[in-house]
Amino acid sequence: MTAPLLEVEDLTVAMGAARIIKGISLEVRAGEILGLVGASGSGKSMTALAVMRLLPQSATMTGTVRLRGETLSGKGDAQMQAIRGRDVGMVFQEPMTALNPLMRIGDQVAETLRLHRAVSAHEARHAAREALDLVGLSGEQGALDRFPYELSGGQRQRVAIAMAVVMSPPLLIADEPTTALDVITQAQVLLLLRQLVRARNMGLILVTHDLAVLAQLADRVAVMQQGEIVEQGAAAQILRRPSNPYTAALLAAAALKPKRVAREVGSPAVLQASGIIREYPRHRRSLWRAAAPVRAVDGVSLTVHAGETVGLVGESGSGKSSLLKVILALERSQAGQVRLLGEEFSGAAAVNLHRLRRAIQVVFQDPYGSFDPKWTVERLIAEPFFLLNAPPLAAERRRKVAIVLEQVGLSATDAQRLPHEFSGGERQRIAIARALITEPAVIAFDEAVSALDVLLREQILELLAQLAERLNVAYLFVSHDLQVIRAIADRVYVMQRGRIVEEGPTESVFTSPRHAYTQALIAATPKLGVN
Amino acid sequence: MTAASRPTGFIAGAVITGLFIGMAVIAQYWTPFDPRALLIADKLQAPNAHHWFGTDQLGRDVLSMIMLGAQTSVGVAALSVVIGVFVGVPLGLFAAARRGAIDELVMRGNDLIFAFPALLLAILMTAVFGPGAVNAIVAIGIFNIPVFARVTRAGALQLWTRDYALAARVAGKGPWRISWEHMLPNLVGLLVVQGTIQFSLGVIAEAGLSYVGLSAQPPTPSWGRMLNEAQTLTALAPYLALFPGFAVLLFVLGLNLLGEGLRRRAERPA
Repeated sequence: MTAPLLEVEDLTVAMGAARIIKGISLEVRAGEILGLVGASGSGKSMTALAVMRLLPQSATMTGTVRLRGETLSGKGDAQMQAIRGRDVGMVFQEPMTALNPLMRIGDQVAETLRLHRAVSAHEARHAAREALDLVGLSGEQGALDRFPYELSGGQRQRVAIAMAVVMSPPLLIADEPTTALDVITQAQVLLLLRQLVRARNMGLILVTHDLAVLAQLADRVAVMQQGEIVEQGAAAQILRRPSNPYTAALLAAAALKPKRVAREVGSPAVLQASGIIREYPRHRRSLWRAAAPVRAVDGVSLTVHAGETVGLVGESGSGKSSLLKVILALERSQAGQVRLLGEEFSGAAAVNLHRLRRAIQVVFQDPYGSFDPKWTVERLIAEPFFLLNAPPLAAERRRKVAIVLEQVGLSATDAQRLPHEFSGGERQRIAIARALITEPAVIAFDEAVSALDVLLREQILELLAQLAERLNVAYLFVSHDLQVIRAIADRVYVMQRGRIVEEGPTESVFTSPRHAYTQALIAATPKLGVN
Repeated sequence: MTAASRPTGFIAGAVITGLFIGMAVIAQYWTPFDPRALLIADKLQAPNAHHWFGTDQLGRDVLSMIMLGAQTSVGVAALSVVIGVFVGVPLGLFAAARRGAIDELVMRGNDLIFAFPALLLAILMTAVFGPGAVNAIVAIGIFNIPVFARVTRAGALQLWTRDYALAARVAGKGPWRISWEHMLPNLVGLLVVQGTIQFSLGVIAEAGLSYVGLSAQPPTPSWGRMLNEAQTLTALAPYLALFPGFAVLLFVLGLNLLGEGLRRRAERPA
């Protein structure tokens, strides 16, 4: 038995009077992957930050953190700076904000190296090249002089990992590294992390809310709830026979049972998109020739019937969001047509557009950016009333808002509160209430549960299934997450590089996928079964 | 509370600013002496119990002049900020909502104004249209326009990327309504901060213009002109330059502390 690489003893973190982490202890050995799992707000990210001593200024921390027998807790800022990056690498959740947008990726990776070691610019660049190769960014897509905005989310996360491992630190901390990524990229990034850990004998702390992610990766699992570790042990054991009820709940939520029986729908179509082509102009590289536009959506047709839940699944960058913008008539397509309730919607005159909009509403991914922070919940939910010719008066408006609030499981008294007073899951309920208020025929969901942890995801999907049943509203559910689509959709479309490659009833697509891409997606989805 | 969030500077700034604005308001109704009354017999008195800040070469009470001067200063600076806000903010919102060629046009127009040294052009303008408080207000106000337009545009561009802007479009709202209902209220904090900064720059600009005789005309007192008149008498009566100079310094300091404090408040997450 080797000595632990990292030992955390009786770690407590407090913000003011509130104790966020309540005396937890854990250890990580070299070559071992520890999964730190819990719902949002359980303190798992704080634990990771505490090890790195990157806690917010207002937080106070007690307890011991030892790395290779050396106590970190007493070190000053300057010493910690030397340790971060050199001895402990860190990968954050959000690949969009983890990189400096104004710096070329090669320079960013090289910077970590140059901060810690006196190397020439050439050597640093060479090392950056190697690190980027290691994380699978070689060739043109990994060109050192690319800027973060030129890369996809998965590619950015690879850059972030390259930055974290370029110094070959003995310990790597990854905080929800794949939550913002689609399944295929997620599988690739997880595989990459595992390879790195095994090849370099690194220790890895993988922070996540999704037990399914850990199932294939972690050697040991620590389950956190409200700042405490409620269960800790070998991954296989915990995933098979959880002894703590909270762990069991997490497991059940991660397994994501179908929310209802998929139905054959014979009802008329409410939304029909046909032959949609959406192109975006590209910056010209040559002075003489205009660059060929990027075709984000390439001749897509899809239909949503009344009361039906249709899933649209695909990786990020497959054109799902562009298609959705066209369907919502927020952007115009170059070709094709969107019909809503049998009327032309996409190219409709302003008056018709305004009249038809009430039939299609939308719920966005980000529960934090979806609401004007200055508006009360009532005003936010009532905003789509603007679409009605005769918006209801104050009393009627209040009554209708109260109804939808109760429909989504909130209380009528929440109407006068501001969005920041609500948690992420509650906000997503408010977003659903806003989408319901005009009694639309279709609601589009753009990754609507992707930002939520497994427990909340479960609750929201449950709610959506109930509402669909009760209100007979159709859903167009756009997601990169196959499990989610499988749990809720009656019928699925699989989208790849701007085209629909497969469509059919959910179960038949999932049990016997025909297209190679669908098969790859299904294979990449993390499964709970432990081998 | 951490050092960064301690509001000492903010409170000091607010108190100083409040003091000067209060002084300007009081001066409307009451000053210790009539600041326009010439009493040659009392000329050039050093500060004493009767005339706290002394008297000038024409026997006017310096404290009373400082008080009325504050009125000029606050008035000119405030109105020039108002001009900047009322023209610049809509321009910024417009540019952010429309993007493309219109955005380009508005912003390059701003650059054009920015390209001229502000005070110099203000001098030119007052020289052409004649000196006076109104022309000083317009001259300083014009230079506030691009400042507010830029701040507004930058803030609004960011807000346009939020999902709630998209949600408002799904609710059928057009760019103007969204700008008015969603952008503007969320930009108020930013604009208040910028307004405070522009206010302090306006105080300096007004002092500069009146120093060269291009702002409010006699007999309306102004700090800049008091400084100018005191210049010839520095050896004889140094306090004459001291008080108006100190007034400008303190007021600008107060406004800057206030602006900085407001900025920190605005940046603090809710």
